[in-house]
Amino acid sequence: MYAQMVKTDADRVKTLDEMAPQERAFQERIDRNEKIEPKEWMPEAYRTTLIRQIGQHAHSEIVGQLPEGNWITRAPTLERKAILLAKVQDEAGHGLYLYCAAETLGVSRDELLEKLHSGKMKYSSIFNYPTLTWADMGAVGWLVDGAAIMNQVPLQRTSYGPYSRAMVRICKEESFHQRQGYDIMMKMCAGTADQKAMAQDALNRFWYPSLMMFGPSDADSVHSAQSLAWKIKVDTNDELRQKFVDQTVPQAKYLGLTIPDAELKWNEEKGGYDFSQPDWDEFFDVIAGNGPCNKERLGARVKAWDDGAWYRDGLTAHAQKAATRRTTAKIAAE
Amino acid sequence: MAQGDTTIDRTALFEFLTRMGDNSLILGHRVSEWCGLSPVLEEDIALANVALDLIGQTQLWLGLAGEVEGKGRTADNLAYLRDAGAFRNLLLVERPNGDFGQTLVRQFLFDAWHFEMLTALKKSTDARVAEIAAKAVKEVAYHLERSSDLIIRLGDGTDESRARMQAALDDQWSYTGEMFLADDADRAVAAAGIAPAPDTLRAAWEKVVKSVLSEATLTIPDGSYAHKGGKRGVHTEHLGFILAQMQFLQRAYPGTTW
Repeated sequence: MYAQMVKTDADRVKTLDEMAPQERAFQERIDRNEKIEPKEWMPEAYRTTLIRQIGQHAHSEIVGQLPEGNWITRAPTLERKAILLAKVQDEAGHGLYLYCAAETLGVSRDELLEKLHSGKMKYSSIFNYPTLTWADMGAVGWLVDGAAIMNQVPLQRTSYGPYSRAMVRICKEESFHQRQGYDIMMKMCAGTADQKAMAQDALNRFWYPSLMMFGPSDADSVHSAQSLAWKIKVDTNDELRQKFVDQTVPQAKYLGLTIPDAELKWNEEKGGYDFSQPDWDEFFDVIAGNGPCNKERLGARVKAWDDGAWYRDGLTAHAQKAATRRTTAKIAAE
Repeated sequence: MAQGDTTIDRTALFEFLTRMGDNSLILGHRVSEWCGLSPVLEEDIALANVALDLIGQTQLWLGLAGEVEGKGRTADNLAYLRDAGAFRNLLLVERPNGDFGQTLVRQFLFDAWHFEMLTALKKSTDARVAEIAAKAVKEVAYHLERSSDLIIRLGDGTDESRARMQAALDDQWSYTGEMFLADDADRAVAAAGIAPAPDTLRAAWEKVVKSVLSEATLTIPDGSYAHKGGKRGVHTEHLGFILAQMQFLQRAYPGTTW
C-alpha cells in the first residue's frame, strides 16, 4: 500500500442520525456507491483526508523512482534497461495523475511537495530500503508492486471520482510492472547458483518490508473505520495483508524460493496462510526517519528540487515575457 | 540483399553502425542518470522517454552491426563486452551531465546533428539502414523539438538561466566539430551511398543551431577548435566509468542470462 496510516481527524464514526442534513445526504450517496466529484459539497474532513492519502500515494510514486533508478545504468541487458526505464517512467506518470487528482481538492502540487520536503508528509516506508542487487529489481516488481496492486485494485471503486479514475489507469500499468518483476525472478531462479542466491536474498530482505506496506493492524482504528465509511479505503490492512500472503506464497514456491518465515503454514479452517507479523518496531523506526535510506531518498528529492529552482524560475520568466510580448503586439496592431 | 553488403568493405559499414549505436547507447546512459532527480516531474517523464528511445535505437544499430560483422555478436555483446577503446561514440555524448543546462545543451547540439543524419540516412542505399533511420527520425524529431524549445525558454528566461545556458554552450561547443570530421570509414560509406559524408550535414546543423540560439538570446562561441578521438576509440576519461557501471553485471557474471 502506498498510503499508510492516513489520519481522518475523526474521534469516532458518526451515525446517519447524528449527521446534519447535508452531511447525511453526502454519506447516503456514498452508501449508494455514487462517485463524489470535485465541485460537489463534501465534509472538510473527507477533503483533508483524501488530500493526505492521495498526496502520500503521489509522493510514494516519485520517491519510488529512486530505488529502481539506482539500477537503470547497471541493467544487465539492453532489453532489461529499456523495460526498467519504461517502468520508472510509468511511476513518474502515476505521480503526475495523482498530484492532478489532489489538485481537484484544492491543493497545488507545489504545496504538497513542500510538505514532503519539510517532512510533514510521508511516502511509503518501503522506499527507505536499499536495492542492493539486480534481483532487487525483480523483488520490487513482484512484491512491492504486488502489494500496491492488492491495495489499488479495490481503490478503483473508491468514492472520489478523480482518484478512482486515476486508479483504473494506474492498475493497468502496475500489473505490467508486477509481471516484469516476476519475469526477472523467474530468469534468475532458472539461472546460475549465484543468480538464485541473489533472488533468495532479495526475497529475504523484501518480504517483511512488503508486509509492512499495508500498515499495522487497523481493526480497532477509528481512522480506518471512518475511511471505510467514506469508501476511500475498501479493505482493512489485515485483510489486504492476508490476501497478499495467500497470493504470494504459491508464486514463491513456483520460483523454488523459500519465504523467510518458519511459522508460515496453510490454515485449512480460515482458507489462508498463517504467517509471522513483521517487526513493527522496525516499521515505526522507518516511519520516524530511521530507515536505512530515509536520508538519502528525501535528501535526493530535496536536492533535485533545490537544484532545479533556476530551471523552473527561467521557464516562468520566459512565459511572462512571452505573454507581455503578445499583449504589446496586440496593442500595436490595434 | 541490400546493396551495402556487396559494394563496400564490411569493416567500414560495421564501423559506421557502431558509431550510430554507441552514440545512442552512451547518450541514453547519461540521460537515464537523471532518473527521479530532474527539476520537475514532467522532465523526469520526458527524460526517461528520450533515454528509452535512444536505448531502443541502440538495439537496432548494434543489432545490425553484429549482423554485418558476421561473428555472431549480438547488440548486447557489443554494448556490454567491448572495452572503451572499441567504442565509437562522439566525445560530446559521454560528457558528464553537469547541471540541467549542461544536459540540455548537450542534448540540443546532438539532436540537431542526429536529426540531419537520420534524415539523410532515410535515403541510404542499404535498406536496413534506411529502415532504422525512418523509425528513429520520428523519435528524434520530437527530441529536437523539445530540446530546442527548452533552450529558447531558458536562454531567454532569467539572468541566471541565461548565464547557465551560455556557460553550458561555451563548455560544450568544442565537442561539436567532431560530428563533421571524416575518416576512411566515413568516406567508404559515403562513396557507397550508405550514409552522407559528415561535412555535408554541417550547413543544415548550423542553420538550426544558429536560429535556436539566436531566439534564445545566446551567443555562439568564437572558437573553432574541435576535440576529437571518439570515432576512432580515443575517449575522454569519463567513458571508462560509464562502462564500469553499465557493464558490471555482464563482467562480474560472465556468460549468465538475465
